[in-house]
Amino acid sequence: MISGGALTDKIDNPSFILTTLDSMITWAQKNSVWPFGSGLACCAIEMVATACARYDLSRFGMEVFRASPRQADLFIVAGTVTNKMAPVVRRLWEQMPDPKWVVAMGNCAISGGPFPTYAVLQGVEKILPVDVYVAGCPPTPQGLLHGLMTLQAKIQKEHPTKEIFKVHARPTK
Amino acid sequence: MQDQLSKFPVLQDAYSALENAFKDSVLESKFEKELSVKVKMEDLLLIVRFLKSEKGFNALNDIIGLDNLSNMAEGQKRFSIIYQLYKYPDYQRIRLVIDVNEGESVDSITSVYNAANWAEREIFDMFGINFIDHPNMRRIYMPDTFTGFPLRKDFPLEGNN
Repeated sequence: MISGGALTDKIDNPSFILTTLDSMITWAQKNSVWPFGSGLACCAIEMVATACARYDLSRFGMEVFRASPRQADLFIVAGTVTNKMAPVVRRLWEQMPDPKWVVAMGNCAISGGPFPTYAVLQGVEKILPVDVYVAGCPPTPQGLLHGLMTLQAKIQKEHPTKEIFKVHARPTK
Repeated sequence: MQDQLSKFPVLQDAYSALENAFKDSVLESKFEKELSVKVKMEDLLLIVRFLKSEKGFNALNDIIGLDNLSNMAEGQKRFSIIYQLYKYPDYQRIRLVIDVNEGESVDSITSVYNAANWAEREIFDMFGINFIDHPNMRRIYMPDTFTGFPLRKDFPLEGNN
């Protein structure tokens, strides 16, 4: 579009689009969610299958599974969270940079599932703020995809600039 | 029992040596496909050491805990601990059983078998039986803050909280 000329050159009939800054940021965010690959139990197998060629999570811009929480913004809690693992899961979530989201995948992560026992945390919502719950034991890849698309819809509705403008709108003396 | 045992000369030899050396400690023995010997709790360490050094039972397969709460007969102690020993390369097994009451402590056999370290910690974690002279007597599965002993029959499945 501006090849060959300086940025200050006049451009004939430039294309442009009008939108809010919020929509643009959330549009970028929702299409480049980097999940943190945290397989705690059998749900991890379905999560891996979702990322593989047949279901192809990269269609939604989420194929970059990170091994480190510091590079991720989506925590998919895939599997049973035991009481012994709970502090570890909480700490991993705390290590993720903002903005971050959490998907509770499978009945174990939602409510303890088939393990109402002394050893299992009865729902990951007790330690993390969960955005989307994906039911199933384990959920199918289609189920997880639906959950992630729901998360995308949720991200689209967010207002990331709200905090910034709140700061700037603060009355000055 | 003796005629069944005669098919396994290695086991027969080990058993008769055990009976001779620890006449008062061997309380009961039976053979159901495998040899199982109930011994006195106090002499366990000596017997295990004897079986390893003299009779070549060079491997400890597992240590198993049992809670007898639901079928306590008269005079029956609360717990049983089962030691599964293995002789390699003769491929023979011998099972030692001791009875333990609540609050009693058992001699650790880590000085004989290193493999007993984690197995005894598991028994301690699940049944609350203490092992004397164990190098690292603390919980292995449950969090350190956990209270109660989950595999006891009177422990509620949902936990105490």
